[in-house]
Amino acid sequence: MDWYPLYNSLRIALISSVIVFFTGIFAAYYIARLNRVVKGILDVILTLPMVLPPTVVGYFLLLLLGAKRPVGMWFQEQFGIKLVMTWYSGIFAAAVVAFPLMYRTARGAFESFDETLAYSGQTLGLSNTYIFWRIRMPACRQGILAGAVLSFARALGEYGATSMLAGYTPGRTATISTTVYQLWRTDNEALAFQWVVVNVMISAVVLLTVNMLEEKNRKERR
Amino acid sequence: MTMSLYVDIEKDFRSFHLSTRFEAGQGVMGILGASGCGKSMTLRCVAGVVKPDRGKIELDGVTWFDSERGIDLPPQKRRVGLLFQNYALFPNMTVEKNLMAGLRTVEKDKKKARAVVAEMMERFCLTGLERHRPSQLSGGQQQRAALARILLTKPGLLMLDEPFSALDGYLRWKLEMELMDILRGFSGTTLFVSHSRDEIYRICDRVCVMDNGKSTPVAPVKTMFEEPKTLAACMLSGCKNYSGAEADVKKNGEEQGDGWVWAKDWGVSLNCRRRVPENITHIGVRSHYIHLISGDLRKDTQNVMECRIRRIVEDVFNMVVMVSSVNAVSDSSNAWLRLEMPKEQWEAYKEIASGKVGDRIRVRIDPQDILLLTS
Repeated sequence: MDWYPLYNSLRIALISSVIVFFTGIFAAYYIARLNRVVKGILDVILTLPMVLPPTVVGYFLLLLLGAKRPVGMWFQEQFGIKLVMTWYSGIFAAAVVAFPLMYRTARGAFESFDETLAYSGQTLGLSNTYIFWRIRMPACRQGILAGAVLSFARALGEYGATSMLAGYTPGRTATISTTVYQLWRTDNEALAFQWVVVNVMISAVVLLTVNMLEEKNRKERR
Repeated sequence: MTMSLYVDIEKDFRSFHLSTRFEAGQGVMGILGASGCGKSMTLRCVAGVVKPDRGKIELDGVTWFDSERGIDLPPQKRRVGLLFQNYALFPNMTVEKNLMAGLRTVEKDKKKARAVVAEMMERFCLTGLERHRPSQLSGGQQQRAALARILLTKPGLLMLDEPFSALDGYLRWKLEMELMDILRGFSGTTLFVSHSRDEIYRICDRVCVMDNGKSTPVAPVKTMFEEPKTLAACMLSGCKNYSGAEADVKKNGEEQGDGWVWAKDWGVSLNCRRRVPENITHIGVRSHYIHLISGDLRKDTQNVMECRIRRIVEDVFNMVVMVSSVNAVSDSSNAWLRLEMPKEQWEAYKEIASGKVGDRIRVRIDPQDILLLTS
C-alpha cells in the first residue's frame, strides 16, 4: 500500500490548521470589538464557507487562484509558482473550509470571557498584550483548543474544494479523501475500504480529544 | 496637597443616559443608587476601561479625560485601584502570582517583588495560601487578596464596587469591619459604590445619590439621611411613606400663614412649622415617626389623620401596620401609610382599642418629621 495520501493529507491538515488557528483567533478577537453592522456583515462572509457546498468554495477559489486569474497570474509572474494543481493547493482549500470552525469556536470562547478580568488587569497597569496572552488566552484555552482540533478534523476530511483545486495525481496531489473516491471509481473496493478504515480511525481519535477537552472545561468551570 | 477628584461625564446607551457630576476630596465618598442606575458604569469611566461620550475627569489637577481637548489617558496610566463586585482575581494564576501581577509594573526586581508580596500577604492574613487558586479561597479571602493586589500598585484613587454583595450575613459584617480599618489607613480618595443605605451610612463621609443615570449634588452622609432634599434620595434613604404635596396657604378661605402643606394623596393639610419651598412636589414620613393615638385625646388634633387599618404584618422584631387615610381621594399606592413599631407597643394599643383590619385608627405626624421633597 502506498502511504503517500496519508502523508499528504496529514501535512495539508496540519499546515492549514496552524494558519487557521492564528487567523481564526485574530479575527474572533478583533471582529467582536467592531460595531454591530460591520460585525454582522463580516460574520456572514467568514462563516459562509462552513455552509456552502465545498464545490462552490472551490469554484470561488479557482476564480481567484486559477492560472489565468488575478492572484494566480501574479504569483506565476513574480515567483514562477503555480497555485493550483499542486500538493499545497490543498492547503488553500482546507484552510478556507476549516476557518469558520476555528473562528466560531474562538469567538464563543472569547464571548464567555469575563471582561472584568481584562478591566482589572488594565487598572493594575498590565499591558494589553500581557492581558491577552496571560489572562484572556488561558481563560479561553479549552474552547480555543477544541476549535483547533475541530478545524484540523475538518481540514483532514476536505474533499470537494480540494479535488477542484488540487485534482488527483497519484503520488503528488492525492489525499485520503480523493484516493478513496478514485479507488471506488476504478472498482478497487478492497483498497478503498482500507483507506476508509484509516480515515475513520483518525477522525475518531480527533473527536475523542474534543470530548475530553470539553469535559475538562466543564470540570474547571465548576 | 489634598487629593481631589473631579468627574463630570455623560454617556449614551441604547435605553439609558448616564450623566454624573461630582467632586470628591479626601476620605470615603459613597455613591448610592438602586441596581442598574449607572454606579458601576461611573466607576469604569473613572478607571478608564470604559470611555464616556463627553465630559471631563481630573485627579489633583491632572486631566485623565477631556472630550473637548481629546485627552483620554489609558487605564494603565491612571493609577486607580478598582475592586470589582466579583473581585476579578485571575483564575489561571495562584494567589501569589495574582499579587505579583499587580506589582510587575512597579517593581521589576523579582526577588524584591516576592518579598513585598509576602509582607502584604501577611498583612492581609493570606499567608499559607500562596499556591492556592482563587477558586479555592473563601469569599472573604478572595476579597482580601483582591484588595491586597490593588494596594500593591499604590493607587492614588481607590474605588470599591459593591464589595459585599457577593457575601452573606455574618461574614459581610466581619469584612466590613476589616475594610473600614484598611480604608482608614488609605490616605487618598475612596469611592464606595453600594445600593445599601446602611453600608453607605456606616462607611462613608459624604454621599452622592444616583437615580436612573443621573447624579444629585454631593452631601454629607448625615444630612442626606436626616434631611433628604429629593424624592429619589429620600427613597434610597429608606423612607417608605410619600404623598404628592403642595404649599397650603389658605384653609377654609382663611390665610393660615406659611408652614402648611397639602398632602394630595392623603387628603390632609399638615403643619410642618417651617418655610415650604416653592418647588415642593412631595412629602415623606418615615414609618417609625407616625404615631398611634390611643384613646380620645382632645388636645391631639394637629396633624392627626383619620385612617382605616388595611393590613397587619408581623416582622421579626416589629409590627408593620398598613393604614389608609379616610380622606384619600383615590386608592393609589401612595395613599397607604406604613407604620412600624415594636411589638409591645402594638399589643398595648390593642388593650385599649380594637386593632383589626378594617377598623378605624388615628395617627399623628409631628411637624419636624415631615420631609419636604422636590423631584
